[in-house]
Amino acid sequence: MKITRKDFLRLSGLGLLALAGRKAVRALSGWSFAQTSASAAKPIRWGMAFDLGKCRHKDGCNRCIQACHSTHNVPQFADRAHEIKWIWKEPFQNVFPAAQTDYTRDFYGSLPVLLACNHCDDPPCQDVCPVDATWRRDDGVVTIDFHRCIGCRYCMAACPYGSRSFNWQDPRPAIATVNPDFPTRTKGVVEKCNFCEERLAKGQGPACAESCEEKAIVFGDLEQPDSELRQLLRSRFAVQRKPELGTGPSVYYIV
Amino acid sequence: MLMFKNTLTRSRRYWLWIASLLFVILAGSLCYVLQLIHGLVVTGLSRDVSWGLYIAQFTFFVGIAASAVMVVLPYYLHDYQQFGRLTLLGELLAVTAVTMCILFIFVDLGQPSRIFNIVLHPQPQSVMFWDMIALGGYLLMNAVIAAVTLIAQRQHVPVPGWIKPVIILSIPWAISIHTVTAFLYSGLPGRSYWLTAILAPRFLASAFASGPALLILLCLALRKLTGFDAGREAIQKLAVIVTYALAINIFLILAEVFTAFYSEIPAHEEHFEYLFIGLNGDYRLVPWMWLSVLLSWVALALLLVPRWRANIPRLAVACAAIFISIWLDKGLGLIVGGMVPSPLGAVTRYVPTLPESTIVLGIWAVGALMITVFYKITLSIWKEN
Repeated sequence: MKITRKDFLRLSGLGLLALAGRKAVRALSGWSFAQTSASAAKPIRWGMAFDLGKCRHKDGCNRCIQACHSTHNVPQFADRAHEIKWIWKEPFQNVFPAAQTDYTRDFYGSLPVLLACNHCDDPPCQDVCPVDATWRRDDGVVTIDFHRCIGCRYCMAACPYGSRSFNWQDPRPAIATVNPDFPTRTKGVVEKCNFCEERLAKGQGPACAESCEEKAIVFGDLEQPDSELRQLLRSRFAVQRKPELGTGPSVYYIV
Repeated sequence: MLMFKNTLTRSRRYWLWIASLLFVILAGSLCYVLQLIHGLVVTGLSRDVSWGLYIAQFTFFVGIAASAVMVVLPYYLHDYQQFGRLTLLGELLAVTAVTMCILFIFVDLGQPSRIFNIVLHPQPQSVMFWDMIALGGYLLMNAVIAAVTLIAQRQHVPVPGWIKPVIILSIPWAISIHTVTAFLYSGLPGRSYWLTAILAPRFLASAFASGPALLILLCLALRKLTGFDAGREAIQKLAVIVTYALAINIFLILAEVFTAFYSEIPAHEEHFEYLFIGLNGDYRLVPWMWLSVLLSWVALALLLVPRWRANIPRLAVACAAIFISIWLDKGLGLIVGGMVPSPLGAVTRYVPTLPESTIVLGIWAVGALMITVFYKITLSIWKEN
């Protein structure tokens, strides 16, 4: 009995410490955010919507994927096991397994749906990273420090959306033309969609949204009630992937 | 003359064993160099199955390390004298197992040269941070306790008083290392196979069955090779501990199976289906998982009957069966089963490659070498006494 009680105390102490640490980190980041944005009128939270109806207009269109992958020096590996992808397509039934019925699967089940990082409000990948190599910025972008990542792949296990890729080998030989404005990666680090943070810094929108002729990708500030994105989310029915997990995705799907 | 010949053959066998371990370590190291040059592409891991044999071995050996508490606790808290010598052997096994765990984590890293980022940028919200503290502390404690005990025994003096609080602290600490290791997995959203509150209890139960089973096998091997006898009563008591832990582990696994299949929630059923029935035409793990089930039931039957348990060859068979069964369950099924199907429903085949398996064998050989050297030193000190 003595041991059980002692263990319980130790473990609850450990849990409390972890919780306190997390709260402290949150409070501190909140505090620094308040400091830096004191001058700004409103905080920004970047978000995105994929209009699936519009996306299907042109069969087999991959412009957004090509635009993203060439902008970000994403290597092209033929072998599925080792591929790196920032934005890609999957059949509807894999992306929204719960949104299927036996009678809709025939038609909707195999329709392609775009996927990328969800840039969660409370990202599990950030919580698990042991070296602070991935974090949610104040504007909602979940980003990665390629120079700090130790390649433990804990974030890949934690991401419930399968959004993260790992460089199983040197990616550089598999990049057709290197874009000198964006870093290439080394083997042994994790990468994913960064909401084009490098373009946002220059006042530009994401490359995928810009490349889409059908305007099926809408990017904007979720905190701005009159932004194009918010107007779209007000007027059309939209869903998030796995909202029941409480991660708070910033990517919406107009179905 | 006869005695001299005996030691000579024994010594030749000893050096042959050491040489073969060094050979396996060399092979593992060469394969690791290959992995360093080309990246983790030399393993069977993939975007979907991003953790495999390395992380699974790590998990299994954290259990072996934690199980030392099953001899430490009865000896120090209940003054169970029969475990006197076994306790030291258990602590040395813990030191070896934690060292293996650290090596398994190290070889799994994509950028091993950046490992100290864990210390430079500590993240208290990451369970891995707590696992580092738990494992590091446990290694240090057991190394100090074992060293102090050995030195005291060699000098024929009682152990210093200050070591007692360290020993007492090592007891809950042992529970914590495996609990924190379970929390690495059981707190992740979207991985249904791991997202269960009984993962930590399951880890502890399987650890307290597999660890003492290994210790019994080591003692039986020592008796055969060196004539050292851990004592019939001690071995039998350890067998009882193994029996209880194994029964609890089987119970907890069945409780998981009930919840998954009675609730019929697809996300919870899928992983068990993949492991025990096969999913989307991938049956690769099915025979191994059933072998694990069969071995644990056979071992339980052998151990439950006191008369059978008292029979040393039968006990050895039961212990080997438990070790293999739990290795299959934890060192193979747990990690791969949690990763397949992927969050997007993909069933991706994972087969460890030759370099990957050789690296794993190399680390096993490091463990075997450590335990051989540790036990040889210990036994030579005991022999002098």
